Amino acid sequence: MKNDKYGRFTSHSEPGPGDGGRTGSWRVVRPVIDLAKCIPVKSNKMSCFTCWLYCPDNVITRTIPPTIDYEYCKGCEICAEECPADAITMVEEAEFVKKEK
Amino acid sequence: MHIIESGNVAAATGVKLARTEVIAAYPITPQTPLTEKLSELVDSGKMKAEYIPVESEHSALAVCIAASSAGSRAFTATSANGLLYMSEQIHWAAGARLPIVMCVVNRGIGAPWTVWNDHQDAISQRDAGWIQLYACDHQQIIDTVIQAFHIAETVRIPVMVCYDGYLLSHTYMPFEIPEQDAVDAFLPKFSPSYFLDPKNPANLNTVTLPDIRPDVRGNMAPGYMEIRNNLHTDMRKTISVVEEMDRKYQKTVGRGGNPLIEKYRCEDADFIAVCLGSLSYQLRDVVDTLRGEGIKTGVAGIRLYRPFPDKTVAAEFVNAKGLIVFEKALSYGNQGALYSDIKSALYRNDNRPFVHNYILGLGGREIKTPDLLHAFRISCTDFRKIGDDPQWIGLKL
Repeated sequence: MKNDKYGRFTSHSEPGPGDGGRTGSWRVVRPVIDLAKCIPVKSNKMSCFTCWLYCPDNVITRTIPPTIDYEYCKGCEICAEECPADAITMVEEAEFVKKEK
Repeated sequence: MHIIESGNVAAATGVKLARTEVIAAYPITPQTPLTEKLSELVDSGKMKAEYIPVESEHSALAVCIAASSAGSRAFTATSANGLLYMSEQIHWAAGARLPIVMCVVNRGIGAPWTVWNDHQDAISQRDAGWIQLYACDHQQIIDTVIQAFHIAETVRIPVMVCYDGYLLSHTYMPFEIPEQDAVDAFLPKFSPSYFLDPKNPANLNTVTLPDIRPDVRGNMAPGYMEIRNNLHTDMRKTISVVEEMDRKYQKTVGRGGNPLIEKYRCEDADFIAVCLGSLSYQLRDVVDTLRGEGIKTGVAGIRLYRPFPDKTVAAEFVNAKGLIVFEKALSYGNQGALYSDIKSALYRNDNRPFVHNYILGLGGREIKTPDLLHAFRISCTDFRKIGDDPQWIGLKL
């Protein structure tokens, strides 16, 4: 925010993805959904979505199957904790780095 | 219209004339009659404003921060420990660039408890990023309060209007109340380019990381360093804004002059006393007496303390042989804050006058004119006797 004569710089953000930076880089463990256990996938119905409901960063979609935006997921583990079907496991980010190598 | 009233009523009248929209304050001696007067004005319908009672000074300023963020003209007032209780929000208001105006009715800080006047309260908050203006009499209080809103809203930096507890707040003096039409011609309606609005949801003063980062549109947003650098840059620009507002006030209301430093008999003075607040008027008597003894003295009251008008100080005092800084506050373990600022401002000059520092009047200790005269005379006639350490006037044990 600025006007011409006096800067009046402040920290200011508007709703939208990424205003807090690409917070996916903060993640040390990655939530991975096992679709074989996921309730909406298994039933093919718009049901459950507990992960979508609980995600504090709104990075999980309310779709079949649910998808996770790893660009912004901080790896807080709340989805894995709340999933009633134990379909989400947290995998060390190091595992993915090893695979890339 | 001229009336005879207290300094607190002068301040309240200025707040009313400025058409302040939100007032939140917690009573504390010697500020109390100011908030009482404002609540009376709002309660009786003479002033159209929201008066929000709060449980503490911290909340008082928090209310003003919210009101100002939402685009309202907000005012609060406090003294001493109340000001310190606000401190966290004081820094916040400056960083958030909210043009709040606050009267600081100067009082000493406990412990030990004192309700009487000195300047330690306002001085302790000088580095918070607020503009600090000091008034020397009731007329300056009412005029400065009105100007403070215009200054604050122009540069988007909050302003403290400081005046001496009891010496000004509770004494009665004649002063002129400007006509509402004249004040309206001087002070435009507060219309910020941006304010908190449910139609345009936004997060204000969000956390910054050490580095800058892009906003949602992909533009680089200023980070903490840029925001703080900008506050400083705009503070420096405020010096000329204060002068500009004084000229505008003279045109519309018909009074003003000397917005940065108010001088008395300084033109040919060899020795100039420098101070903040009403003390500069008391020192005028001393200057007259010393002039009678053939010592060319003058007194300069600093009206704008933050931002500090350092270049004006350096230019104004270029021909003086000595400056004598009388202060009702100090930076413990070092020296008076104003003394340090004056010396630092003079450093740019090739020929520097000697500078002395007297500490006096702490916790309302009576400042006796003969004591001022004695100290001032020694500084002029036997200046080598006084070192760099602050000299204390009025100690009894």
